[in-house]
Amino acid sequence: MTWEPVIGIEVHVELMTASKMFCGCVVEFGGEPNTRVCPTCLGLPGALPVTNRAAIESIMSIGLALGCRVSERSVFHRKNYFYADLPKNYQISQFDVPVCHDGFLDIEVDGESRRIGIERAHMEEDTGKSTHLGAGGRIHAAEGTLLDFNRSGVPLVEVVSRPDIRSATEARIYAQELRSLIAELGVSDVRLEEGSIRFDANVSIRPAGDDVLGTKVEIKNMNSFRSLERAVAHEIERQITLVDAGGEVIQETRHWDEETGVTHSMRVKEGSSDYRYFTEPDLVPMVMRPEWVAQIRERLPELPASRRARYQSQGLDPGSAGVLSNLEGPMRSVYDGAVLSGAPPKAAANWLTGEVVGWLRKSERDPGSIPLDGPTLAELISMVDDGSVSSSAAKEVLDGVLSGEGSPRSVAEQRDLLQVSDSSVLEAAVAEVLAANPRAIEEFRSGEEKVVGFLVGQVMKATQGKADPRAVNQMLRDRMSG
Amino acid sequence: MIAPSLSEAGRLLRSGETSAVALLEAVLETASRTEAQLHAFLTIDTEGAREAARQADAAMVDGIDRGPLHGIPVALKDNMCTRGVETTAASQILAGYVPPYDATVVSRLRSGGAVIVGKTNLDEFAMGSSTENSAYGTTYNPWDLDRVPGGSSGGSAAAVAVGSALLALGSDTGGSIRQPASLCGVVGMKPTYGTVSRYGLIAFASSLDQIGPFTRTVEDSALALSSIWGHDPLDSTSYPGAYPDPTAALERGVDGIKIGVVTELSGEGFEPAVEAATVDMVARLEKAGVEVIEVSLPTFDIALSAYYLIAPAEASSNLARFDGVRYGLRVDGATTEELMARTRAEGFGPEVTRRILLGTYSLSAGYYDAFYGQAQRVRAAIQEDFSRAYGQVDVLVSPTSPTVAFEAGARTADPMAMYLSDICNIPSNLAGHPAISVPVGLDEAGLPIGFQVMAPALGEEVMYQVAAEVERLAGFSHSPSLSGTRS
Repeated sequence: MTWEPVIGIEVHVELMTASKMFCGCVVEFGGEPNTRVCPTCLGLPGALPVTNRAAIESIMSIGLALGCRVSERSVFHRKNYFYADLPKNYQISQFDVPVCHDGFLDIEVDGESRRIGIERAHMEEDTGKSTHLGAGGRIHAAEGTLLDFNRSGVPLVEVVSRPDIRSATEARIYAQELRSLIAELGVSDVRLEEGSIRFDANVSIRPAGDDVLGTKVEIKNMNSFRSLERAVAHEIERQITLVDAGGEVIQETRHWDEETGVTHSMRVKEGSSDYRYFTEPDLVPMVMRPEWVAQIRERLPELPASRRARYQSQGLDPGSAGVLSNLEGPMRSVYDGAVLSGAPPKAAANWLTGEVVGWLRKSERDPGSIPLDGPTLAELISMVDDGSVSSSAAKEVLDGVLSGEGSPRSVAEQRDLLQVSDSSVLEAAVAEVLAANPRAIEEFRSGEEKVVGFLVGQVMKATQGKADPRAVNQMLRDRMSG
Repeated sequence: MIAPSLSEAGRLLRSGETSAVALLEAVLETASRTEAQLHAFLTIDTEGAREAARQADAAMVDGIDRGPLHGIPVALKDNMCTRGVETTAASQILAGYVPPYDATVVSRLRSGGAVIVGKTNLDEFAMGSSTENSAYGTTYNPWDLDRVPGGSSGGSAAAVAVGSALLALGSDTGGSIRQPASLCGVVGMKPTYGTVSRYGLIAFASSLDQIGPFTRTVEDSALALSSIWGHDPLDSTSYPGAYPDPTAALERGVDGIKIGVVTELSGEGFEPAVEAATVDMVARLEKAGVEVIEVSLPTFDIALSAYYLIAPAEASSNLARFDGVRYGLRVDGATTEELMARTRAEGFGPEVTRRILLGTYSLSAGYYDAFYGQAQRVRAAIQEDFSRAYGQVDVLVSPTSPTVAFEAGARTADPMAMYLSDICNIPSNLAGHPAISVPVGLDEAGLPIGFQVMAPALGEEVMYQVAAEVERLAGFSHSPSLSGTRS
C-alpha cells in the first residue's frame, strides 16, 4: 500500500518584548540565574498577572502576517499540570478563544507554491529552566535539579499549522519560512540555539487518497531545521515500517535523538492529556477592537513572499530572489540602495549574496552593522563594468571598503588596483613587447591566433597586471594587423 | 480601652487627648489579657507595630494627617502578604514563610498611617466557617469561649470584638467576613468584587475572593473601606471606574428606601431567635420610613451547590503552587513528583485536601460541563435573579447567618452542616455584590445575631445608608463577656 504522510507543526516563539508576559521583569536571554524574577513570575503566594499589551500587539502582527483573523474578544485559560519549572503549576495559556485563528503560509517546494493552513496563533507564558545535575543531564537518576526562573513568564506565541504538510522537506521549508517571517516582523530574535523558536511536529500516515487522519505521534526536541527534517523523515519511515509489519501506531510523544537519528517514546498520551483547562479568573477578557487591529496591520513591514515577488519583477531568478530575501534587513537595504543608484539588480544581488556574505562570515562581523551602503556598492559595480578595475581586483576593493578604508575608488587607488586605461602608457608597453617579439608578429600574421594570448600576458606582466586585458588584446591585434 | 471605635480614636488623636503609641499599648494590653483564651492572632508584631505607632505620632506632630486610619491599630487576616512578617494562611505548608512584598491593601494601610498589630487566625487558606480548620489551633468566640467565632476570618472578628484591634481586615469568598462578624457581634463588610485589590491576598477562589473590614461601628466600616479600596494596576480584575463614597449617606436616614426581604433566606435551618431578630428589624425599618417588599430569588436555593463547585475548582488550581519546590514546607522524595506529593499530603489539612480533590474532579475532562460549566450557568442565573430583584428594591435584607455561634467541634464531622453556615452569604459572592452584617441583638443565651444588608454592584452608598439606620435602630451596645467553661 502507498502511504501518505500527514504532518502538522507547532511552533513556539519567544517574543522579545521589553518585559515579561504578566509582570515587569526584563526579557533577556541567559544571565545569572534567578535575577530577573519577581513575585508574579516566581508564583509566590498572592501575586497576580497583568497582561503585557506589547505582547498582544506582537501576536497580532504575527497573526496578520499569516493572514489570520484576529478575534474581537479573547480569553486566557489555565493549563494545569505539575512541573518543577512551572512555578504556579499551571501555565497561563489559551484554549478555545485564541488571539488569532484561520490563516495560511505559502511556501515554495520544488519550484511549486504550496499553501499551508494555520489553525491558530495563541498567547502563553514560558516556563523556567531545569538543569539536572549528574547522570548526563537526564532527569532520571539525576543527583539534583537546579531551577532558573529568568525565562519564567517570557511571552510565548504558539503557532499551530493545519495538518497540511506532506513531507519532511515541506516540514523543514515551512519552519524556515515561518522563522524568516517572524524575524521580519522584529517581534522575536528567533534563535534556534537559544530556544527562542522551537518546533514540535505531529506526524501520522494514512493510505494515499484517504481523507481520514491516522493516529498522530508528536515528536519533540528538534533543535535545527535539519534535525526537524530528519526527525520527521525518520518518524514517517518508522510508522510505515510498523504498519506494514502489521503493527499499529499509538498516540504518544516521542523524543528525537540527534546523535542516533531515531525517536524514543517519552510518554503515552491517554486520549488528550487532561490539563483541566478553565478560564483564568485573575485576568479579564481581552478586547481587540477593529481600529487597533487596523493600526497593527498598517505597521507590518514588507513580508518575504511579496519581497521575493518584487525581486523577481526586477529581473532576479527565483533562486537568487530567495537567497537575497533571506538576508538580514541591512543587507537588503544595501541591495535596494544600489539598485536605486543605477546598479544592475543581478550584479547587486550577486555581490551581496556572494562576496559580501563571504566576507562577513570570514571576518565574523554582524550583518546588522555592515559598513556598506547602496551607492557604494553601485560605484564598485560600475567600476567593474567600465573596466576601471578587473573583477578579481574588485574583490580586493570590496575588502578595503568593508574594512573601512574609504570609497571604492580611493581604495583602488590606495591599493594600486586601478586598471591602466591611459592609452599612452598602454601603447608604450604594447610597442615594447611587440619590438621584443618579432617572430610572434609573423606567426599572428600567418593565422596563429593563440599567440595573441601570449602577447597579452607579456603586456600584463610589463604593467604589473594593471592593464585591462580586453583593451590590450584589441590594441595588439590593431598593431599587428596594421 | 481608650476608644470604642476608630472614628472616636481618630478624634482623640487629633485633639491630642491620646497618641498612636497609647492606642497601640492599650490594644496590646487587651491582646495579652485575652489571647490565651481566644487565640485570635497567629503573629503579633509588637516591635513593628511600636515603630509604626511612633512614626504615626511623629507625623501627626509634623502636621501630616494621613487620613482616617492614621495611628489606628489594625489586625490582618494571615492570608494577606506582609513584607518581612510571617504569612501562613494558617497552613502547615506555609509554616515559616516570610513574604518579600506587601499586599496592595497592606501598602495602602501603611501609607494611610495605620499601625499593623499582627496577623489573625483563619481556617486554613480561608476554607471553613469556624476557624477550626487552622493548622495552628482554633480561635474561640469571645461571647462564649466554648463556641466558634465563625470563619474563615474568625481571628479578625474576635480581635475586633474584644478590642485587640480597632480595625481588622478579613477576606470573604463565601461569607468569610460577614458570618464571623455576625457570630462575634461586630460589623463585617464584603465590598463589590474588584474594588479592593487582591494583589498579595493568598488566593482561595480568585473570582469570589474579596477583602473587607471588620469594625465596631458602621461608620468605621465606611471609613476603613474608603481607605483601602480603589483601582490597582497590579490586579487586572480591579475596578477602574469611579468609586462611590461609602460615608456619603450614613446620616441620611431611610425615608423612601425600598428594601426586599428574601423569602428563600428564612424557614428551615434558621434559628427562631435569628428569624425573630430579623423580622423585628424589618418592622423597625418600616416604621423608620422604608417600603418593605417580600421578594423571591429562587436561584438562592442552588447557590450553595454552585459555590461548592466553582470555589474548589479555582482553589485546586490556585493551591497547586504549594509544592515544596520553592518555598514553605518541603518533604523530600526520591523524585520531584514524590517530593511534591509528599509535601502536599503532609502540608494541607483535611478540609483543604477535600476541596482540592473536589475541584480537581469537577474540572476534569468529561465532567467539566456537568459540574464546573453547569455551576457557571447557575452563577449567571443568580446574577439575573439579583438584577430582577434590584429592579424593584434598593437593597435586600436577611439574617447574616441562620444560627448564632455554634459549639466548637459541633460541625467538624459534618462538612455539609458547616457549609450551610454560609447559605445567606454566598449569593453575594457569586454575583460580586457588596453586603454587610450589622449586629442587631442577642439571643436568650447572650449570643449576638447579625442582620445582613445586600446591595447591587457598587451600591455601597445605599448599603451603608441602610446599615447605619439598622445600627441606630438596634442600638447594639453589648460587649463580649469572655465567659464559658474554657474561661
